[in-house]
Amino acid sequence: MTTTNEFSQLVDELRAAFLEEGVLRTCDDRKKQLLSLRNMLTENLDEICDALYKDLHKSKIESTIYEIDYVVGEIDQTLSDLKSWMAPKKVSRYILQATDTAFIQKEPLGTVLIIGAWNFPIQLLLCPLVGALAGGNTVVLKPSEVAKNTEQVVAKLVPKYLSPKVVRVVCADAQETGELLKNQFDHIFYTGSSIVGKIIMRAASEFLTPVTLELGGKSPVIVDEGVDLPTVARRIVWAKLLNAGQICVTPDYVLNIDFCRIITQRQFDRLSSLLKSTRGKISFGGNTDSEQFYIQPTIITDVDGEDSLMGEEIFGPILPIIQAESLEKAIDLINKRPKPLSLYVFSDEQKHVDKVLKGTSSGSVCVNDVMMQMSLDTLPFGGVGNSGMGRYHGKYTFDTFTHEKAVLHRSSGFEKLLFMRYPPYTESKLSWARRFLAKWRSPI
Amino acid sequence: MSLHQLVETQRQYYKTGEPTKLSHRREQLLKLRKILKEDHDTLTEGVYKDLRRDKRTTFGLEVGNAIVEIDYMLENLEEWSKPVYAEKTLTTALDTPMIYKEAKGVVLLISPWNYPVSMVVLPLIPIIAAGNTVIIKPSEISAHTSEALDTLFSKNFDRKFLAVVQGGVQETTELLKERFDHIIYTGATTVGRIVMSAAAKHLTPVTLELGGKCPVVIESDADIETSAKRVAWGKWLNCGQTCLAPDYIITTAALKPRVVAGLRKAIIDFYGTEIKASKDYSRIIGQRHFDRIKSLLDRTNATVLFKNGEPDRDDLFIPPVILDAKPEDVFMEDEIFGPILPIITVSGFDEAIEFIRDGEKPLAAYLFTRDQKKIQRFLNETSSGGVTINDVLMHITVDTIPFGGVGNSGMGRYRGKFGFDTFTHEKAVLKRGFFGESLLDARYPPQSDAKFKQLKKITGSRVGVPKIVKKLFPALPYIIFGVIMGFIAQRYGGHYLH
Repeated sequence: MTTTNEFSQLVDELRAAFLEEGVLRTCDDRKKQLLSLRNMLTENLDEICDALYKDLHKSKIESTIYEIDYVVGEIDQTLSDLKSWMAPKKVSRYILQATDTAFIQKEPLGTVLIIGAWNFPIQLLLCPLVGALAGGNTVVLKPSEVAKNTEQVVAKLVPKYLSPKVVRVVCADAQETGELLKNQFDHIFYTGSSIVGKIIMRAASEFLTPVTLELGGKSPVIVDEGVDLPTVARRIVWAKLLNAGQICVTPDYVLNIDFCRIITQRQFDRLSSLLKSTRGKISFGGNTDSEQFYIQPTIITDVDGEDSLMGEEIFGPILPIIQAESLEKAIDLINKRPKPLSLYVFSDEQKHVDKVLKGTSSGSVCVNDVMMQMSLDTLPFGGVGNSGMGRYHGKYTFDTFTHEKAVLHRSSGFEKLLFMRYPPYTESKLSWARRFLAKWRSPI
Repeated sequence: MSLHQLVETQRQYYKTGEPTKLSHRREQLLKLRKILKEDHDTLTEGVYKDLRRDKRTTFGLEVGNAIVEIDYMLENLEEWSKPVYAEKTLTTALDTPMIYKEAKGVVLLISPWNYPVSMVVLPLIPIIAAGNTVIIKPSEISAHTSEALDTLFSKNFDRKFLAVVQGGVQETTELLKERFDHIIYTGATTVGRIVMSAAAKHLTPVTLELGGKCPVVIESDADIETSAKRVAWGKWLNCGQTCLAPDYIITTAALKPRVVAGLRKAIIDFYGTEIKASKDYSRIIGQRHFDRIKSLLDRTNATVLFKNGEPDRDDLFIPPVILDAKPEDVFMEDEIFGPILPIITVSGFDEAIEFIRDGEKPLAAYLFTRDQKKIQRFLNETSSGGVTINDVLMHITVDTIPFGGVGNSGMGRYRGKFGFDTFTHEKAVLKRGFFGESLLDARYPPQSDAKFKQLKKITGSRVGVPKIVKKLFPALPYIIFGVIMGFIAQRYGGHYLH
């Protein structure tokens, strides 16, 4: 537990390290920290997986593939491309800048705050960290206090591998996080619920701190007529039950044998009450065990748009199925609700797919599968509207934590060329200026 | 119609999909272009009434560049709104990953009074180009221009697509209670906080173009007279009421006299010896702002190095003033936004950099030097929205670099494609087939060691397209073409070459 003063001191130290000592200024400095982070993950795989299992009953395979390997993959890509990402970007010039050089300089932002979530406590905390370090920023890491064991492991391992001048871990509950937010950061990256997202943005506005908010929403799955149902079903089930439906991009669906438990009593009670209050018909499952925090994978049919299950994001292994009369009606129903983080459509008809793409808005879309869009780091991952703002993965993370400074380097010569901009303004000067402006965008 | 109804009407219209149609965007941009080309007199007349800025100057500063921006947008509209195909890796080898461009929805544009035409039109262009609807809240302080914009726009655009809402603080507060899909605000830092805070209630992304104290560092190896002339131009344009204006100068004691001499000469060259009489010298926007600057003049402890004329409240005239100031001076507290230019004396370049770093990140920073090493240090060790070396303001004229702030000077950016991107939602799309189901069979439970090994092989390392192929590939068609042409030329054109 850290006090308010300790928070301020911590942030000040990180800022001083950034400003005065210039930690992470060079590509090599940044690569060194990233390699260390990589080692932290690969050398402590068992301990991390153990913590994830204690928190979420996550199988070792899920933990390795979706948490640890994912971040390692991001680190590897970053290490390979960092030099080119950091290089100033030259831009095309036009006749007005014939004697100048124009480019975009990549700058770190300063000291940033990353707040992780409990459902993928490693990936969602460390993936942004990779980009923050790559961008040259010092970082305050706040792992989710709900995934207690993982929080402890992170707090223990990070100081061993990453310099305290570069990254510091803060363990804080909701109230303490409020105190933490009273400090000035140069960017805040938050993954979690829309409700808290609003609080974070509000707090950030005090300091005009830009934010990236990776939030949630009800990710709909549209299953078109005529699709290969067994394959579709398999894909949806896999996705739904990954993490027991507790992923921001989870669709809402059917059963399986191997899956994990629900994270806390509070979440369990919420899901049980949803099951009780639905007006739909439970076609499969519906059993719960409060001792084990176990909710059986449950399919509920005959659900309409107003059902209790259609309120907030389910975030559990319950899958309501709504019967829509037509594709248009399905699109309408989706558009009545806030823009989700992901949207899925299963169809063999290109026209129908295009209709959905054009007719709906979401952070991302996956056609004929679920969640796979996240595995490609050349696609930005982020929300829109209620599901969030900003995006990351791959180079997008680097860009999130970078300020692109516009630079124009003019020569001190050729002063005569600029005669028309100086007062006193005469008709002749003005007509020259207009002529020049018209030719402005002629490339050279 | 109430404000809420207006927003809802626009939202319904956006949902019909009309504003996102390319033909619609093109049509609206052309309408805007027509207004600027044919009715600019109405607009520049309004600006003259508000700021006493010559109509032809306003055309050059605010209208001409907007027309160029519209043409740029029209030229690239189709290209920029097309989906962009993303790079694939082994796990997605048989799929189509792409970024689909979407409009965001209903945008709120709040503009300031200092460039009352361009600060509406320049953001408006990409808002329309990206397929959004828009509500414009122009500054009530530049009332004449706002009225002119309202008249012209309501005549030409349907309110369900583009509406002007006039009013002051109260109307803006009411407007900010509504839900927008993006808000762009240009103005003061203090109001920027309020806008972002209001936006937080609806999780609305914001672009804030704020201000700051833009420093100018003049080094001994620069052409002092030209440097001073350029600084003077940027400073007293619009009577110092430009967000990018050089706020204060940092230089050494040795250089100061030459800098001041250069500035003095430039001022006289520009405005004559009786500056108040020059029709090229603008006025302060209003009495509240006049009083603010006058009060600073009354309270300053700095030495006056140059002053031509006396402040005149009725005429809203404040003369150009050059001061020899200390860092604690009242003029060094906030953005000046007026025709007063303090000079801060330092011992050398290191101290100049330190001084800038001690303050908040400004919208722009300027350096006059020929020394490449100093330029590199300046770029690396100071942070600002943008930088111009050996001139002031000019980086905003390059539409292939972004215009925006950082830290206290703002967030987000626009101009050219950056504007288009700001008001676009880039939706990530992955199209998969049903073919190749076996490739990813390993992801399905029940888990086994064999499956685990297979998955790890695919996901454990990022297998992308080899770099050498990536480098050559774009050029490959040209290489092949060249080879073929060479072959043909050799075979059939050979005898023509003799």
